[in-house]
Amino acid sequence: MPVRVRFLLGGLLALAAALPGCFSNNRNQGARLYVQHCAGCHGEQGQGLARLIPPLAGADYLVDHRAELACLLRHGQNRVIVVNGVGYHNVMPGNKALNPAQLTNLLNYVESHWGNEAVPRTIRQVQQQLDACPAR
Amino acid sequence: MLKRLLLRPALAAALLTACSGPSANTAARLPILGERDVRPRADGGPADTVFATVPAFRLTDQTGRVITNKTFAGRAYVADFFFATCPGICPKMQAELLKVYAQFGKDARLAFLSHTIDPAHDSVPVLRDYADRLGLAGARNWYFATTGARGEPAARDTVFQLARAYFTAAEPDKQAPGGFAHNGTFALVDDRGHIRGLYDSLNPTEVARLLAELPTLLAELDTRKPAVAAQ
Repeated sequence: MPVRVRFLLGGLLALAAALPGCFSNNRNQGARLYVQHCAGCHGEQGQGLARLIPPLAGADYLVDHRAELACLLRHGQNRVIVVNGVGYHNVMPGNKALNPAQLTNLLNYVESHWGNEAVPRTIRQVQQQLDACPAR
Repeated sequence: MLKRLLLRPALAAALLTACSGPSANTAARLPILGERDVRPRADGGPADTVFATVPAFRLTDQTGRVITNKTFAGRAYVADFFFATCPGICPKMQAELLKVYAQFGKDARLAFLSHTIDPAHDSVPVLRDYADRLGLAGARNWYFATTGARGEPAARDTVFQLARAYFTAAEPDKQAPGGFAHNGTFALVDDRGHIRGLYDSLNPTEVARLLAELPTLLAELDTRKPAVAAQ
């Protein structure tokens, strides 16, 4: 009996040790990725910078070009871009290192903050959009 | 690499300030940073200490005017290094300098000098557009300057050298966003060309320190003005 108890305890301990590994810390991944990759230019509150860097907060572009955003993040863009009636021409670098799940979390974060209220995306949708990115 | 670059000015500042050390009777005076030279006097009197100054420079600003050290005579200025297409730290850095400008931009004793480290791309019209887009179209005391307005072949080397003089590390780096690695140091220069403070623009505490220390330097400038007028 004591042996069984010890065995059970050991099993529980092993399980407890393994559990944190099961839970990914992806809940705030979008916010973390934003700070890491985007906030330097677009601002901590998505406010942009004067007429140099377009805002993300309340940006009509996010709504009007929703289907193109995954490709824009991956491949960047270097054309004139009009956001809330203002033209911007700075180059935005793409990020090929972010996988579809990360891009999904990032987009969902941006699209649900600072006055943005889009429906959350699924990884599958983002993957499909990435597969169909126009040739560059 | 970037981390090393970021650490360098802070370290330099720490070391240099440690060397200068506050003297007993200067309660609120900013240190003079950089190397100093002690020169014995011919008459055997106490040796003169010669403090480092920013080297002579000749730049062109966003309006096409030539600016030199003399442009800043009698004024202090905050210097930084950027490039217009920089997707890395520059927007953050310039946003921070805009905050300083918002508080001190109207003060005639202070100017702002942003050097491009990409003179091949950042022509005078590009610099003017950059200033306009930052909302500084009418600003006469914030200079966006290039070492290569006339296509000088050594423009890039010149500005990198200048950056080193202001304790900013800048160099071409294919790995860095935009092709240049550099750090976001603000250098505060006094009316005599001495560097009086170095601040990491990416650290809010450091920018706050710049805002806090600026009045100290401006007050020091005021003490010199009457003396100059009397001579």
